[in-house]
Amino acid sequence: MVHEHPPDCPLSVHDLTVAYQRKPVIWDVDLNIPEGKLVGIVGPNGAGKSTLLKACLDLIPKTSGWVHIYGQPYRANRHLVGYVPQRESVDWDFPVNALDVVAMGTYRRLGWFRPVGKAQKAIALEALEKVGIAHLAGRQISQLSGGQQQRVFLARALAQDAKVYFMDEPFAAVDAATEQAIVVLLQELRDSGRTCLVVHHDLATVAQYFDWLIFLNLRVVASGPTREVFTDENLRKTYGGKLSLLDHAAEAIRRS
Amino acid sequence: MPTPHEILSTVLLQSYNTRVVVLGTAMLGLASGITGAFLLLRKRSLMGDALSHATFPGIGIAFALMVSAGGSGKDLPGLLTGATISGVLGVLCMLAIRNTTRLRDDVAMGFALSVFFGTGAAVYAMVQTKPGAAGLESFIYGKAASMVFSDVVMISTVGITVTATALLLLKEFTVLCFDENFAASTGWPVLRLDILLLVLVTAVTVTGLQAVGLILIIAFLIIPPTAARFWTNSLRRMLVLSGGIGAISGWLGASVSALFANLPAGALIVLTAASIFLFSMLFGTARGVVLKLLDQARLQRRIGRQHLLRAAYEILETMNQPVSNQPIPRQRLLEHRSWSNPELSRLLTQARNEDHIEPGSNPAQIHLSESGFGEASRITRNHRLWELYLITHADIAPSHVDRDADLVEHILGAEMVRALEAELKPRPVIPNSPHQIPSPS
Repeated sequence: MVHEHPPDCPLSVHDLTVAYQRKPVIWDVDLNIPEGKLVGIVGPNGAGKSTLLKACLDLIPKTSGWVHIYGQPYRANRHLVGYVPQRESVDWDFPVNALDVVAMGTYRRLGWFRPVGKAQKAIALEALEKVGIAHLAGRQISQLSGGQQQRVFLARALAQDAKVYFMDEPFAAVDAATEQAIVVLLQELRDSGRTCLVVHHDLATVAQYFDWLIFLNLRVVASGPTREVFTDENLRKTYGGKLSLLDHAAEAIRRS
Repeated sequence: MPTPHEILSTVLLQSYNTRVVVLGTAMLGLASGITGAFLLLRKRSLMGDALSHATFPGIGIAFALMVSAGGSGKDLPGLLTGATISGVLGVLCMLAIRNTTRLRDDVAMGFALSVFFGTGAAVYAMVQTKPGAAGLESFIYGKAASMVFSDVVMISTVGITVTATALLLLKEFTVLCFDENFAASTGWPVLRLDILLLVLVTAVTVTGLQAVGLILIIAFLIIPPTAARFWTNSLRRMLVLSGGIGAISGWLGASVSALFANLPAGALIVLTAASIFLFSMLFGTARGVVLKLLDQARLQRRIGRQHLLRAAYEILETMNQPVSNQPIPRQRLLEHRSWSNPELSRLLTQARNEDHIEPGSNPAQIHLSESGFGEASRITRNHRLWELYLITHADIAPSHVDRDADLVEHILGAEMVRALEAELKPRPVIPNSPHQIPSPS
């Protein structure tokens, strides 16, 4: 258990418990995430991965505990945070194009009432270029493929120009080219000193993509550098008796 | 029956009286079209319906209170205050049911709507005997003609204020409606924006009661944005269109209702809006039904053309090497793919119309024209390169595949195409098919 929380930590979580209808979804989560890491959050379905993310982002009430972003409560430092929600969480039939969605990443800095102008559009276009789909800027979002929609969400987070990124399953149901593009992007973010927390499902790639891992199953089973915590024992503690999954993971360990 | 001259002079606002009434209703239509668009995109249309029905008891109670206080009971601001209070109570009741139980939105809304409307009906029956109650039913079905100048001033003021607020908060409402969680994570006060949106909707609903009536006002909020959506994929254009459709519906509906004393304005406004909706649904340029059908037919024709020409080319390949253009027995085309006889005839007619087949030759022998042969070899080459690309680059292919692209180079780039062509061996100008072409039996 970690109980010291250095203030220069991009994310520190202290004794966090979140409960829906009296049933705890995550409990006693205590974390310190160092700056400039690609952090994978892994765990079985229903382990509370999305809940942890949402609690960090102040989107759901905490039952107890606190979350600090660079030593301050979320409210004070939310301009340092970027968020990539799950792709299915929005209606892609909404009447906007890719550029409009990405520009949403600049809204908060722009402030109340002021309309989106050239500067915001330029930021948005640049972000779309970074994710490789600038040519689709004017396309209505329902006419994008799943991978392209995911890239739009990433571009919106880039337009936020944050220091800590929270990403909820950015690799879910995307094609291999998009997955590679996202990995490269994550590495670039890390190399420029950003910290990314990424909910990830595929145990076969987890050790390859991330240099820090949080094993979550209602509580934190382990959190630390990948080469220290990506062990058979932690996988077993996190995933329990799901053997087929464990075999899969064991093979991943051998390969890593 | 009004004479044509009367109709024209009313619709064109030549009389002062209709002018104020109709302009007021049009202003209201503009405001409801714009707020309705956000309500629709926020997926809260049901809430608007609950709100408008729940205003009913408030009107009756306000009337009774004002009468017993010695007033006339027909004071519009007083009645609308009552309507606002009970409308908001109805929405709060719906939210309370939804948030404290596990009942779904539609159940909570059905409950709140019917209970409040039922209460309203009971109150209305009780106050009907009081003096001056005769005009109250105009709030149920709407009667634009009962508006006086001061009412119109109020309606216009509300309409302009609501429209201006909605447009000022365009980007805030956009991010709220599209992605509430993202909006909250970046620090937008989601709850307060939602309340503000509801305040705008309440303002439009309550001020619209007199002109449109509480049963039908929901249509004024929902139909214009829905119709507008058929014409555009851009939110800004949708707002402009929706406001415009609302204003036109208000204008035409109110002016026709001014002509026929017995026709309720609400009904006419809704019918006008519905006609515009029907037209938009059929002919809308972004997602209209007719356009979709035309697109499908065009796609079918294109695929049919590609299949026919490729089949012809593949048959020519088996007939002679190097490939040259010769008459093909119709029977072989029929065997090449699983076409039925009428299907093939349809494709051949189409190909003849597109000048891909020499006209007027022996019907049992199909002879490609010069341009048909060129097109056939191009289609075949494209098809084979795509096929090969899918086989050799299966890992990255799906995001790039657009097999309808006119030229494979446009998507994959000249370099990739050269590499693919190099992989097809032997190397004729038109690569061989990587899979077995069925030989004639």
